[in-house]
Amino acid sequence: MEQELSVDVSAARMQRGAMLDRIFRGATRLFAIFVLAVVIGIVISLLVGAYPALKKFGFGFLTSTEWNPVTNEFGALVAIFGTLVTSAIALIIAVPVSFGIALFITELAPRWLKRPIGVAIELLAAIPSIIYGMWGLFVFSPLFADYIQPWVTDHIGSWPVIGPLFDGPPMGIGMFTAGLILAIMVIPFITAVMRDVFDVVPTVLKESAYGLGATTWEVVRYVVLPYTKVGVIGGIMLGLGRALGETMAVTFVIGNAHEISASLFNPGNTISSTLANEFTEAVGSIYTSSLIALGLILFLITFVVLSLAKLLLMRLTAREGKRS
Amino acid sequence: MNLYTRRRLINGFNLTVSVLATVFGLFWLVWLLWTLLSNGLPWINADIFTKITPPPGSEGGLINAIVGSVIMTGVGVLVGTPVGILAGTYLSEFGRASRIAPVVRFVNDILLSAPSIIIGVFIYEVIVVSMGHFSALAGSLALALIVIPVVVRTTEDMLRLVPDTMREAAAALGAPQWKVVTTIVYRAARAGILTGVLLGVARISGETAPLLFTALNNQFWSTNLNQPMANLPVVIFQFAMSPYEDWQHLAWAGALLITFSILVLNILARVFLRGHRSSS
Repeated sequence: MEQELSVDVSAARMQRGAMLDRIFRGATRLFAIFVLAVVIGIVISLLVGAYPALKKFGFGFLTSTEWNPVTNEFGALVAIFGTLVTSAIALIIAVPVSFGIALFITELAPRWLKRPIGVAIELLAAIPSIIYGMWGLFVFSPLFADYIQPWVTDHIGSWPVIGPLFDGPPMGIGMFTAGLILAIMVIPFITAVMRDVFDVVPTVLKESAYGLGATTWEVVRYVVLPYTKVGVIGGIMLGLGRALGETMAVTFVIGNAHEISASLFNPGNTISSTLANEFTEAVGSIYTSSLIALGLILFLITFVVLSLAKLLLMRLTAREGKRS
Repeated sequence: MNLYTRRRLINGFNLTVSVLATVFGLFWLVWLLWTLLSNGLPWINADIFTKITPPPGSEGGLINAIVGSVIMTGVGVLVGTPVGILAGTYLSEFGRASRIAPVVRFVNDILLSAPSIIIGVFIYEVIVVSMGHFSALAGSLALALIVIPVVVRTTEDMLRLVPDTMREAAAALGAPQWKVVTTIVYRAARAGILTGVLLGVARISGETAPLLFTALNNQFWSTNLNQPMANLPVVIFQFAMSPYEDWQHLAWAGALLITFSILVLNILARVFLRGHRSSS
């Protein structure tokens, strides 16, 4: 009798456990799907919001340089141009620097220095973007305009081909300043990925190269880099994704001018800075809709870039998995 | 110059450049922090913590913005953390063989790096437009959407570090899976999950872009979630861009406060995780 009772109780407990299992499992699954739903929701809401503008301007929205709230004529080209140019400047500066830092941390630094330097570089990513903006506008730009820009314009401004890039009045703010600040902001992201992928290179491979008499640089150039190529490119793409969408820092220093100019020292605009500057002040549905359309373009570009980054990094880890 | 000297020279040159790159990176960090200290410290005083944001030309502080930021960050984290932990749990514990888990993981990583201003536009369209006005609630939800991917990512990573033998041992004792996860796996990964939440807090405390057109700003004292609320990042943005010197001073003081809280959070998170790892 007593034994039967205990069997009953444990059967009930097991049933209860199985039910709670289903509930718990279902709840976690629900929230995982929620994450997916958020991204789909973002795309749908941007599409819906952008529809009036896309319908009115059609494909011309992408190629028009017009941005006139008075006549309600809008085009995305200036903002797209600014976004791409500032991000390109950021990468040109950030990639070699990040590579140098990653190389220093993984191959050169004494053990006790690796961690502090790594953390210090990562802290660059923790500083809010608005702080970069203030610093850029109030501290960096005046110095840049007084000391560096005039010199560069005098010496490089008259060169053929690249000269016009560095021509123009020394204002301090503009596309180059925005690009430089973006570079500082993405350095920690690119460095972190490079450092991590450099660390997965099997020590045996490196030691074999050292054993053959290779110098540290040769080991990095002919062993580490080829082995981690995919991951390094993934890291660069990740940095690019960050640079494309960065908002506040750029908004402070880009100068908010709706024009495309040859000189990097001239003010311009990016998609995100246009949104930050104009979204709350936009009146009229076409104006707001055009801004949302800009947002849609930005989201699509970063989505593609970040997907590529993710796929490349996954390829490297997949190879890791197969090897071990 | 023979080959050997040449190789050594190239090696020496490139390694020097690598050291210089590191110095270059650290240089900006030092310069930024120095700028903050020298511009912000003189304006940190009792008024900052006791008075509300002033109209131009008069004395004031930032207390409404500080409280607003704390409230919105708090609500954002309270909403985002459970969602993130449960979704991360699915990816690590239940989704190992499922088809949606890789998709969710992929999308989550993209959300992690997606431009935060897009989150602002999304919340504006979904919540601000349907409510008809800007509100602190909309701002908090925008922040929650930024916390979620951070917590999902760290939760999954940390749960995966828990050895399967522990799960098997608990299961062998007859514990149902929910009990294994909540009492064994969560406990083992507690420090890691908390680190993720701290990093999430640090990430959203300085976010400005998603608040610009969700929470907006409020020059008065307000703790009503249904109304626009003052918050440090947007106040800093408006005050810094203004032509008034008093306002710019307040902006620098706010910038100093916000950055050092975030740096402290980041360092805490690291120390915390490291202390836990070395003890286990």
